[in-house]
Amino acid sequence: MLSEVSSDEQRWGESSTARVLAPARVRKLAKVPFVELADGRLQGVVSSGSDIERVYVSSVAAGDHAFACSTNNNRPCGGARGSFCNHILALVGEAVLQYGGARVARYLKVDAGEGEPTAAQLSSAMRAARPSAVPGKELAAAVFSRFLRHLAYLELAPSTAPLPELHWFPPTRVAVA
Amino acid sequence: MRTDLLTEPVDGLTELLAVVDAFDRTLVNGLLRPQPAQAAALADLADALAAGPLAAGVAGAAEKAATGAAGEEHLMLLAAARGALLGAAHDALAAVVTAATGRTAGTHPAAAPAPAAPLNVLAAARSWLCDLARAGWQGIDHELVAGAAPVVSAMLPDPALRRLAVLLDGFAAELAASCPGAALERVPVRRWADLWARALLLTQPGALAEPPAVPVTGRLLPLGVDLQEHATAAQAQVHAVFEPADGGPSRLVRASVAVPKPDTVVGAGVWQLLRPQCALLAAAGEGRAMELTGMALTAAGDLHWQDELAVAGEPADPFATARVALAAAHAAVTPPLERHPARLAEPVFLVGYAVRPEDAVGPGAGADQEVGMHPENGVRFELAGHQLFVDTDRIPAAGPLTPAAVAASTACIGLLRWDAGRFVLQPLAVETTVKKKTVAVHAGGWAGGTADKLGVKAEKAATEAVAVLRERAGRLLRK
Ligand SMILES: [Zn+2]
Repeated sequence: MLSEVSSDEQRWGESSTARVLAPARVRKLAKVPFVELADGRLQGVVSSGSDIERVYVSSVAAGDHAFACSTNNNRPCGGARGSFCNHILALVGEAVLQYGGARVARYLKVDAGEGEPTAAQLSSAMRAARPSAVPGKELAAAVFSRFLRHLAYLELAPSTAPLPELHWFPPTRVAVA
Repeated sequence: MRTDLLTEPVDGLTELLAVVDAFDRTLVNGLLRPQPAQAAALADLADALAAGPLAAGVAGAAEKAATGAAGEEHLMLLAAARGALLGAAHDALAAVVTAATGRTAGTHPAAAPAPAAPLNVLAAARSWLCDLARAGWQGIDHELVAGAAPVVSAMLPDPALRRLAVLLDGFAAELAASCPGAALERVPVRRWADLWARALLLTQPGALAEPPAVPVTGRLLPLGVDLQEHATAAQAQVHAVFEPADGGPSRLVRASVAVPKPDTVVGAGVWQLLRPQCALLAAAGEGRAMELTGMALTAAGDLHWQDELAVAGEPADPFATARVALAAAHAAVTPPLERHPARLAEPVFLVGYAVRPEDAVGPGAGADQEVGMHPENGVRFELAGHQLFVDTDRIPAAGPLTPAAVAASTACIGLLRWDAGRFVLQPLAVETTVKKKTVAVHAGGWAGGTADKLGVKAEKAATEAVAVLRERAGRLLRK
């Protein structure tokens, strides 16, 4: 058989259904309903512990780990002046649950050694570089609108018309590294 | 099934795929400033189509692209040329499948007129895809990839554009996670070219046409459930044998249900979103037939499922269906524009095989390698000295079927697919022996709900996740 001579790597390049992304892992959403690695940042939305109408929009940039945290009404977070606030720490924690520590570390360009770093290891590695706080106003608006877009997926109706293009998207049991 | 036919070389396939591969590699660097190797690949693509109806157009488009001057119409022609080659590959492989299964193939119907689609959003999608081709996979950055988001958001609510929207959404998510392209260690060359070309062709007016459907009445015998998903969409396709009440030949059919979803809804949560739309999922899970009255069925074998046209019928064991009814059922026909090797998914029934480890080479190899078995990496079924790779990785995690059960199986209902140079079996259900009794385990066993302990736990976690999102949406979305 021809396939015997191809290496796994070559076969991956020739595969129409090569797995590129791992599915999100199951996590509880109450505290941090939205996490994403997007636009060169780890960003997301953290529910306020005290006010059910309020959420915090938090982010950490890849590379320099510049961070921001403010409410959806553009009030700056009191805890995020000099260093990571609790919202950002919660965001890192849930990102590690959803994506795995290795993927978060790679995306944020954190040098956390081999293997799967824990959230605590990631946060302390980033804080050790003394990242600076950046104004969160515009960022918060952009991330919040992405969160609303994400929620809007729940409003879309299912359909029984076939979607043949989903043949290109098989499920996978393996976490893609 | 004649598994021997599945391992024989297919005439001309290697040469054809080499042309496709060379073209696909031109998209790695992008077509903004083509190098000589890229120009050569473009010329080879034009040569491969030289005898066909696209010849003149493709030759001109290849020349333009080789000088870095390809416009949208040229890129469209190149995508069509690539599609024609893969369509030919599909046909050659489908002929092998027909010979191996001994099944009667159906005939091609004409397509029905496409629903009117808003042209401006299609144009926006086309423009984004052409920018991608110019930048190349190594040239992508967050700004370029983010251009897909408004297009997808505009398309998703429109049922006529759902196909393209779901494709672009899944594709863009992979690109976004791979930015910046300059730092990519490896590129899924065939895959991204497939997704790119497919999306580009779907932006053409008329491309979203569906094959005509006729109402049918009769008995539906489920075989198994195929789940497909990316971060923000999922689809379940129930494969079944349909026996018309008028006594005509039985047919292989599919019923689909698909839904966009937030990426944090996974596993059992996906079944929960799909379940209310399609009573067939529960029927398949319980091993029941369904009686259909006047439900639309296309020549491509797709039922347009409507719960109100179906009632639950007698118990119908999928393995009995596979043993008794599958061989005589007529095959479905792939619509012309969908012809691609990745689209092959032929229901088959296998029995009397030996299970070998995935890395076993040659007939009989690995017969004594029980110790080296890693079923999660795939296994091989050996029949009459010929081996067929079994992709256990695509068994959905939210279900009772496991790679280990496949490795311990004695009979299997699966979908015969083709990918990366070989035929592959996707298991839908297996028979295995537990305490000296034969039991059937189905990949879609939890589709309609479950009393399984692990399943109940997964269902509860998924219900909570969706409840949190709905609460947040209710509070924040209206602002
Ligand atoms: Zn904060």
